[in-house]
Amino acid sequence: MREVPDTWRKPPFIANPAVRWAAGLGAAAYFLWVGLTMPVDWDRVADGLGRAGRIFGGAFPPSFERSELLIDGFLESLKIAVLATAGGVALSIPIAFMAARNVAPLPIFYLGRAIIVLARSFHPVIVAIVFVKAVGFGPFAGVLTLVVYSIGFVAKMLAERIEEIDFGQVEAMRAAGAPFLPTMFYAIVPQIMPRQIGLAIYQLDSNLRASAVVGIVGAGGIGATLANAFGRYDYDFALAITIVIVGAILVSEGVSGQIRKRLA
Amino acid sequence: MLKITDLVKRYGDGDPVLKNLDLTIAGESVVSIIGSSGAGKSTLLRCINRLVEPTSGSIELNGTELTRLRGRQLRAARRKIGMVFQGFNLVDRLTVMENVQSGRLGYISTWAAIMRRYPKADVRRAFELMERVGIAQYADTRADQLSGGERQRVGVVRALMQDPEILLADEPTASLDPKTSEQIMGLLRDLAGELKLPVLINIHNVTEAKEYTDRIVGMRYGRIIFDDAPARLDRDAMDRIYSGSPHADRSEGLRAAS
Repeated sequence: MREVPDTWRKPPFIANPAVRWAAGLGAAAYFLWVGLTMPVDWDRVADGLGRAGRIFGGAFPPSFERSELLIDGFLESLKIAVLATAGGVALSIPIAFMAARNVAPLPIFYLGRAIIVLARSFHPVIVAIVFVKAVGFGPFAGVLTLVVYSIGFVAKMLAERIEEIDFGQVEAMRAAGAPFLPTMFYAIVPQIMPRQIGLAIYQLDSNLRASAVVGIVGAGGIGATLANAFGRYDYDFALAITIVIVGAILVSEGVSGQIRKRLA
Repeated sequence: MLKITDLVKRYGDGDPVLKNLDLTIAGESVVSIIGSSGAGKSTLLRCINRLVEPTSGSIELNGTELTRLRGRQLRAARRKIGMVFQGFNLVDRLTVMENVQSGRLGYISTWAAIMRRYPKADVRRAFELMERVGIAQYADTRADQLSGGERQRVGVVRALMQDPEILLADEPTASLDPKTSEQIMGLLRDLAGELKLPVLINIHNVTEAKEYTDRIVGMRYGRIIFDDAPARLDRDAMDRIYSGSPHADRSEGLRAAS
C-alpha cells in the first residue's frame, strides 16, 4: 500500500517562490523607504502642540450663546441634505437603468457608466469648490454638490441591483407582448424597490454628514457657520457646533438604521 | 395553425441547436415535445415567440410570418402566444391580480398599467379564469405567498389573459411534486379543450406526456425523430430518443462534418 501523507500545507497564494519572496520583500522595502523619507519637521510639531493646546483651551467650555446662528446653520444643512437627496435619487433611477448591462443597449450602458464614474471620481469637497466658483457661495452650491455625490453612490448601487434581478420575470412580460415601460414597472421596479428605499434613506443620512463638510469650502449650511467660527477664533462656539453635528449624525444614524432594519 | 418550416438556430459559430426542423400543429391538439436535456426543446419553443432569435427558416402562426417581425408588430404577435414557464416567472412582490393582469400589458396603455386601472372586462375575465383554476380567493395575496401548484396556476391564467391563439408551456411541471404536476397537466389539457386552444408542452415526464397529450414529438440533438400518437411510442422509439448523450451526439456531428 502507498504511504499516506500526514502533513499538508495550504498552497501559497503566489505559486512561484521567487516571485512570492520578491513581492513580499519589495512591499516591505517600499514601506520602510516611505517611512524614512517622510519629511517631518519635529520643531514645527512641538510648536504646533502648544498651539493645539491653546485652541482646545479656548474651546472649553463650549459656548451656545449664539444658538440662533447655530440653529439657522443646522436647518440650512438639513434643507440642503433633503433637497440633494430628493434630486439625487430622482436622477439616479434613470441613470441606474442606463448603467445596468442586462436592460440597457451597449452605447446607453457606457453612457450611464460614464456618468457614474464621473460623479464618483471626485471627493465632494472638490466638487463643492467647483460649484462654489460656478454658482457662488451658499446653499445652492451645496445642493448641487450633494446631488452629484448622491448619483455617484445611489445610481451605482441601484445599477448593481438591477443587474442581479431575476430576468425570468422580464422574459414573462416580453413573452406577453408588453412594451418597454410597462415591462420595467411590472418586472423590474417591484424587484428593486426595497433596495431603492434603503439607499434613499442611507443617502439622506450620508448627505447630512457631507453637507457639514462641503459647507467649510463655502457651500452653505452648518459647515459655513463652523468655518466662520474658526476664522474668528471663536473656538468655544466651534466646539458647540461640532457637538451639535455629532449629535445630529448620531440621531440620523439611529433612525435610518432602524428603518433599514425594518425594510430588510 | 402553427407551421414551422426548415427552422435553424445556431448559437455563435457552433453546431446548430435546431437543424432544419419542420413541425406543423393544426387544430386544437395538445402536443408534447420530449427529448433529453440539450436536445433543443426549449430553444424550439422560444423561437416561436422570439425570446430566442431563429437563425433561419420560417414560423407561421395562423398566416402571420413571425420570424421577421420587429418592434410593435412583434409585440402584437407575442400577445397571441401565451407562455407558461418552468420557474413560473411570477413577479413575487406583486399581488396575484397584478400578475394575472400582466398578461394584458400588451393591450392596455402604459398609464393604465402603471396606475393599475385595469379595464372592467379584463378584471371580470381574470376573476372568471382564476375561479376556473381555483385561485380566485388569492386575488389580493402576494404571489410569493402561494404554493408551487398555485403559482403555476397563476402562470397559466396570466398566459390565458393574453387571449392567445396558441399556448406554449416550457416544462411547466418540472418544479412541482408528482401530484401537483398531474393536476397542472390535467388543467392544461382541459383548458385546451374548453378554449379550443392548441397547446405545445415541453416535458421530461414521458408517462405524463402519454397520458395528457394527443401527440408526442420526440427530439434528439436538434432534429425531430419521432412524431406520432402517444400509443405508438414504444420501447424502440424511446431508446432512439433518449439513448446516448447530447455530448456524444455533438462529437458524432463533428465527425460527420469533418
